[in-house]
Amino acid sequence: MAAIQTQSQFFQSLKKYYTFYTGGFIAFVIFVGILEQMGVPNKILGYLFLFATIALYAGIGFMSKTADVGEYYVAGRRVPALFNGMATGADWMSAASFIGMAGTLYLSGYDGLAFVLGWTGGYCLVAILLAPYLRKFGQFTIPDFLGARFGGHLPRLIGVIAAITCSFTYVIAQIYGVGIITSRFTGLEFQVGVFVGLAGILVCSFLGGMKAVTWTQVAQYIILIVAYMIPVVWLSVKHTGIPIPQISAYTTAMPKIAALEKEFNDKASPKGAKEESVRAIFRERAAAADTKLKGLESGGPAFLAAEKQKLTDKVTALKAEATPDAKAIEAAEKAVKDFPADAAAAKKAWTADKGVGARAAPVKAHAEAFAVGGKTPEEIEKNRSIAKKNFLLLIMCLMIGTAALPHILMRYYTTPSVHEARVSVFWGLFCIFLLYFTAPALAILAKYEVYSNLVGSSFSALPAWVSNWSTVDKTLMNISDINKDGIVQLAEIVIGGDLIVLATPEIAGLPYVISGLVAAGGLAAALSTADGLLLTIANAMSHDLYYKMIDPNASTVRRLAVSKGLLLVVALLAAYVTSLKPGDILFLVGAAFSLAASGFFPALVCGVFWKRANWLGAVLGMTLGLGVCAYYMYITYPFFGVNAPKWWDINPISAGTFGIPAGFLGIIIGSLISPAPNKEIQDLVDHVRYPNLEGDIDTRGV
Amino acid sequence: MQLTEKHKQYWQINLKISTILLVVWFVATFVMGWYARELNEITIIGPLGFYMSAQGSLIIYVAIIWYYAHYMNNLDKEYGVHEGELD
Repeated sequence: MAAIQTQSQFFQSLKKYYTFYTGGFIAFVIFVGILEQMGVPNKILGYLFLFATIALYAGIGFMSKTADVGEYYVAGRRVPALFNGMATGADWMSAASFIGMAGTLYLSGYDGLAFVLGWTGGYCLVAILLAPYLRKFGQFTIPDFLGARFGGHLPRLIGVIAAITCSFTYVIAQIYGVGIITSRFTGLEFQVGVFVGLAGILVCSFLGGMKAVTWTQVAQYIILIVAYMIPVVWLSVKHTGIPIPQISAYTTAMPKIAALEKEFNDKASPKGAKEESVRAIFRERAAAADTKLKGLESGGPAFLAAEKQKLTDKVTALKAEATPDAKAIEAAEKAVKDFPADAAAAKKAWTADKGVGARAAPVKAHAEAFAVGGKTPEEIEKNRSIAKKNFLLLIMCLMIGTAALPHILMRYYTTPSVHEARVSVFWGLFCIFLLYFTAPALAILAKYEVYSNLVGSSFSALPAWVSNWSTVDKTLMNISDINKDGIVQLAEIVIGGDLIVLATPEIAGLPYVISGLVAAGGLAAALSTADGLLLTIANAMSHDLYYKMIDPNASTVRRLAVSKGLLLVVALLAAYVTSLKPGDILFLVGAAFSLAASGFFPALVCGVFWKRANWLGAVLGMTLGLGVCAYYMYITYPFFGVNAPKWWDINPISAGTFGIPAGFLGIIIGSLISPAPNKEIQDLVDHVRYPNLEGDIDTRGV
Repeated sequence: MQLTEKHKQYWQINLKISTILLVVWFVATFVMGWYARELNEITIIGPLGFYMSAQGSLIIYVAIIWYYAHYMNNLDKEYGVHEGELD
């Protein structure tokens, strides 16, 4: 792109490129669809999608290669608002949003909406409190702002540590998603999938930094939004005849779901009676497991031996019958073989068995907010207020975390002006909104399919998508005839959240090519987010740590070399940690948000809106915020094994509830007990507050 | 660099519009969430409490950001702090 181009010419040519690109992509999908009709096997189609899209991203990355510092760090600051918005959308929407969101909503109904609200509403804070001011400041990273505004190396260093901590936590969740998608659609091993995905991530960011990542993310956004929308719209047409799922799901499917929920819970109705027969079996199993657990506790190994003896006796008795039933003997022998070997294994197995009691619970109404159990009305009331509190606090942590994640804030350095930065937050949220306001509708349509078509169908003639997925992955679709009546009851189905998006094309009766498209969309979502995060980490280390603090005289060539080298190291490290499969994805994501919210948000906002905020305040506020947040997670999240009682019943995922106020308190106290910042810094604050001032200082990074 | 009265006025107006929009944001998120059970009794398209949290509030967020960008752009010009043409 020649330097003589004006911004509007640049915008026009971008529009042209991406229109061609979208057309080309649609042609590719049609081409794969034709191959499918000609009988090419699904596995080959899956590979085609995987490698064609990665090759495409690599192509864009290669074309955007650069040796210019401004282009490498902030894409030359000439990304138009609309395109920056699309890139923000791809940067923002991760594998968890693309694949997991609708499933979470399917499983938890209203209560899952905390994620939808938190991950969109946070942009109001970005737009109003941060983006325009950061753009006016106009350097390269978020620690840059902290360093300039509060002075000295320490605020910058704490910023670097916070940026690395939360981005690294988040990037692991992304690479995990990449591994799952590649392994599921190509049959590669998870660990191999992780490294193939990693190659896809690196080809984008390695050569061209932010410039390449931006233009790739725009391409990835287009793929992911097309892939998400097509199956949902189709499903909506199939069920309701209306191609707008955001309306049809509520007007047509929702009332029917509500009626079915009532029926399932009403023992007097035919469907309710059948559900009840399954639930009764679960209750019995749970009760039996409970008795055995109690026996084990009082009787120890002797009890275990006696239990095993009972099973062996049963085999002998069956064999001694006049007409031995081969099937029954086989089952009884299997029970002996599967009997837990020692007390620890028995305890584990029976505790799991006891857990099936949960499947005997009545169906929760989809639209009901804060549905909780409890024995007395007072207990229900108490549990409900805890649920409500946690719901609202989780929204708060996610929103403030959104307004503090460095890989998102960094994007606003790349627009040409303050005005464009404001408009680009609008486009960013709009692009995200398209997916997020579709996900709840998809969850409802999928639920309608399961409640009205799957429940009541015969086990001998299950819908194709059910039998396919239950053979591929039992954690996603587990269905078995518990009460042996040959008919599917709701209580006999266990669905994993990720199934909803992955199986939608099949539920809607679309060809396999659309399933491949959905996988490509999920991959685009995970790759784009991982790209943005890795770049943030590498930049924090190369720009802030190396260039600003260790060697300010480093040449441009050297700076870029260090940055690229670090990118490689961080990526490999992240892939290595991911291949160990640490912990729960949702918690990793939640932790990243709470940490970012507690560490960055108070310092950034006070930096713009409170002139009196100074060095000591920032240092105190950031350390206190991060410290309190990390401490609360450490003592309450089961993974760390401390399991201290929760403070005011607040869940560890919302640790920011304590970290954010601690951060603000730290800034206020620290600032007030030390002298006000000097004239230079006060001028800097005025500088960021006005898009254009006469006789202004210049803080732009070059 | 010396700020004029006009500059200070610009900043005050910015703070005012920011506060108003953040109040709208707060109501659309937390007040709606707090009364979700009560709102669910009303049906507009779907149960209102659910519908607002799933879609209504999101539309409000998009509108808030659009309005802010639009309003501030005009305010910049009115107070002469807007950026020059880019090229």
